[in-house]
Amino acid sequence: MNWPIKRRNGNGSSSNGHIIEMAGITKVYDTGKIKVEALRGIDLRVGKGEFVAVVGPSGSGKSTLLNLVGCLDTPSDGEYRLGGEAVAGLDRDQLADVRNRRVGFVFQNFNLLPQLTALENVEMPLMFGGVGRRERRRRALGQLEQVGLADRVEHRPTELSGGQMQRVAIARALAMEPDIILADEPTGNLDTGSGSDVMSLLGALSEQGRTLVVVTHDQHLARRAHRVVEIRDGVIVNDAPAGR
Amino acid sequence: MTGLGSFLRQLARDIRSQTLRTFLTTFGIIWGTVAVALLLAFGEGLHRQQIKSFAGLGDHIVIAWPARTSLPFQGLGKGRAIQLDEADIDFVKANVENIDAISTEYSRNLRLRLGDQGRGVEVSGVSPVFGELRSMVPAAGGRFIDPIDMEQRRRVAFIGDQLATELFGDADPVGREVVLHGSPFTIVGVMVAKEQDSSYSGRDHSKLIVPSTTFRAITGQRYIDNFIYRATDPKLNKQVSSQIIAALGERKRFDPADSEAVSIWDTTEMFVFFDNFMLAFKIFLGIMGALTLVVGGIGVSNIMNVVVEERTREIGIKMALGARGSSILAQFVLETMVLTAVGGAIGLAISWAICSAVPAAGVTRFVGTPVLSPQLALLTAGILGLVGLVAGYFPAREASRLDPVIAMKL
Ligand SMILES: Nc1ncnc2c1ncn2[C@@H]1O[C@H](COP(=O)(O)OP(=O)(O)OP(=O)(O)O)[C@@H](O)[C@H]1O
Ligand SMILES: [Mg+2]
Repeated sequence: MNWPIKRRNGNGSSSNGHIIEMAGITKVYDTGKIKVEALRGIDLRVGKGEFVAVVGPSGSGKSTLLNLVGCLDTPSDGEYRLGGEAVAGLDRDQLADVRNRRVGFVFQNFNLLPQLTALENVEMPLMFGGVGRRERRRRALGQLEQVGLADRVEHRPTELSGGQMQRVAIARALAMEPDIILADEPTGNLDTGSGSDVMSLLGALSEQGRTLVVVTHDQHLARRAHRVVEIRDGVIVNDAPAGR
Repeated sequence: MTGLGSFLRQLARDIRSQTLRTFLTTFGIIWGTVAVALLLAFGEGLHRQQIKSFAGLGDHIVIAWPARTSLPFQGLGKGRAIQLDEADIDFVKANVENIDAISTEYSRNLRLRLGDQGRGVEVSGVSPVFGELRSMVPAAGGRFIDPIDMEQRRRVAFIGDQLATELFGDADPVGREVVLHGSPFTIVGVMVAKEQDSSYSGRDHSKLIVPSTTFRAITGQRYIDNFIYRATDPKLNKQVSSQIIAALGERKRFDPADSEAVSIWDTTEMFVFFDNFMLAFKIFLGIMGALTLVVGGIGVSNIMNVVVEERTREIGIKMALGARGSSILAQFVLETMVLTAVGGAIGLAISWAICSAVPAAGVTRFVGTPVLSPQLALLTAGILGLVGLVAGYFPAREASRLDPVIAMKL
C-alpha cells in the first residue's frame, strides 16, 4: 500500500484509522414497476489520507456508492460509519452539517449555480457553515487562487470553460476545508488538457494529506490513486493498490 | 445562522436571474390587488355619490302639502280644501314632540328685474332652518336667511348658484341688489353647487330664497304651499308625521286616517330603499372581490408550484453543499414576502393612479369619486402573498427533505 507522505492531522477517524467504513451496504431503487439493485452488499474501508479510485463499467453503481459516501443519499441497508460515527443515527440538520464540514463533493456536471459568480459559488458552503461575510470572502478568494482562477472570480459559470467550471467546483468543495474530497468523474466532461489540469489538482490535494475518493473512467487519473476499487453490478470485484 | 444581509443579497441575485418567474409572481399579486382595490373603491365612490345626490334634496326630511280631504268627517263632506297658515304650524310645533326642525315654505313665480333686464324666477319664502334642512350651504362670504331677517322682514335673498351665474356672470352677487315683485332685495348669500337628483318645485340652483315673513308681506299670500320637517332621529319621522297629521286633523277637522288631506313625502323611505340597494350592491362587490382573490390565488399558487419545481435542482445542490432545510425555507419565505410587498405596493400605486384619473376625466357625476382603501388593497396583496407562500412553502419543504441526489436529478 502506498501511504501518503504527509498526513493531515484531524479528529473523527475511528480507532483503527479508517475514516470511511461501509459494511453490507445495499441500495435498491424502487421505481414502482421494477426494482433496481444498484449496490448489493458493499464492504469498503478507506483510511485517512488515502486516495481511492473507483472504476467499473457504466451502470455498475459507482455514482450510487459515491453519493452514499457523501451522505447525499441514504442506503437501503447496511452500516455506514463516517469518521467513526454511524450516519444512520443522524437527523436532517446533522446530515447537512456533515455534508457541509466533512466532505467536499465534485460532480461530473459541475452543479454550479448559474446565477452566481465563481466567487459566490465558492462562498456558498461557507455561508451555510455560518462563516462571516469578510472571512467567507477571504477564504473563497484563497481557494480560487489555489485552483488558478484568481482572475476569474467575478465570472458567471456561463462565462467559464468546462475546465474552469470544474476548478471552481473543486474550490467550492475545498472551501470548508473538509477531510474528505469526493469526485464523480471530475474529468468526464472535459477535454484532455483541462482534464489533466484537474487531475494534477486532485493529485496535489492528495499530497496535502486529504482523503480522496474519485470515480473515474480515466486510466491516467486512476493511476494517480493509491488504490483502485473496481465495481461490477453493484459489488466490489477487485480492490488493489494502483500499479504505478 | 447566516445573516439577513446575505439572505437579501441572495434574494437580489435570484430575482435578477429569474426575471420571468419574478415577473409572473409579482404580476399575479399586482393584478389581484388592483382588481380588488378598484372594485371596492368604485363601489364606495358610487355609494357616496348616490348618498350625496339623495341628500341634495335634504337629509332625511319629510315634505308635507296641504291638499283636499278624501274622507267625510264629522258631518263635513269630502273634497274640502285644507289650508294652513303660520298659526297652524306653530300649533304643530307646540303640540308634537320630537320635531328637530320645521319650516314653512311659500312658493311663487315672481318678476325679477336687474338693471334693464327682467324675467320670472321661482321664489320661496322660508324659515332660517330651511337652509340646513334642504342642504343649502352658503358659499364663503355669504349667509343664509337668519332669524333677524325673519323678525324684521328684511328684503334679503339667498340665490341658487346657477341663477347667480345667469344674472351676474362671474361677479360676486353678495351685496348686489335686485328688484323682486317691485321691491328692492339685497343678495346675502349664494348656494354652493350641490348634487340634487330629486325635487318638488324646481331645482334649488335656479331659485331665490327669501324670509317667509318678507314673502308674505310683499305678496300678501297667507296660506303656506308646504312645510318640511325632520324628527330628532330619522327613525322617528314616521311617528312624528302621524302625530302632525293627528294634530292638524283635530285643528282643521279632518279624519286623521285621511291620507290625502295633507300629503306626506318622507324621503327617509328613499334612504331605506337606497341603503338596501347599496347593501346588495356591496355584497355583490364582495363576492366579486372574493372570486377575484380566489382566481388570483390559484394563479399565484400555480406560479409558485412551478417555481419550486424549477428550483428543486438548485435546492438539491444547496443541500449537497450543506444547507439546512431551515435556511432553504427561510430564503424562500423571504423571497415570497418581498415579492408580495413589491407587488402590493405597485398594485396600490396603479389603483391610486386610476382613482385619481377618474375626477380628471370628469366622469364623477356618473361613477362618483372612487374611494381607495389602502388597508383593503394591502390586505388583498397580503392574502395573495399568503396563498403564494402556502402554495410554495409545502413543495419547498418537501424538496428540502429529499435526499440531495434525488432533488438534483429532478
Ligand atoms: N434514481 C434512480 N432510480 C432508479 N434507478 C437508478 C437511479 N439512479 C441510478 N439507478 C440505477 O442504478 C444503477 C447504478 O447507477 P449509477 O449511476 O450508480 O451507475 P454508474 O456506475 O455511476 O454509471 P456511469 O458510469 O454511467 O455513471 C444503474 O442501473 C442505474 O440505472
Ligand atoms: Mg455515474
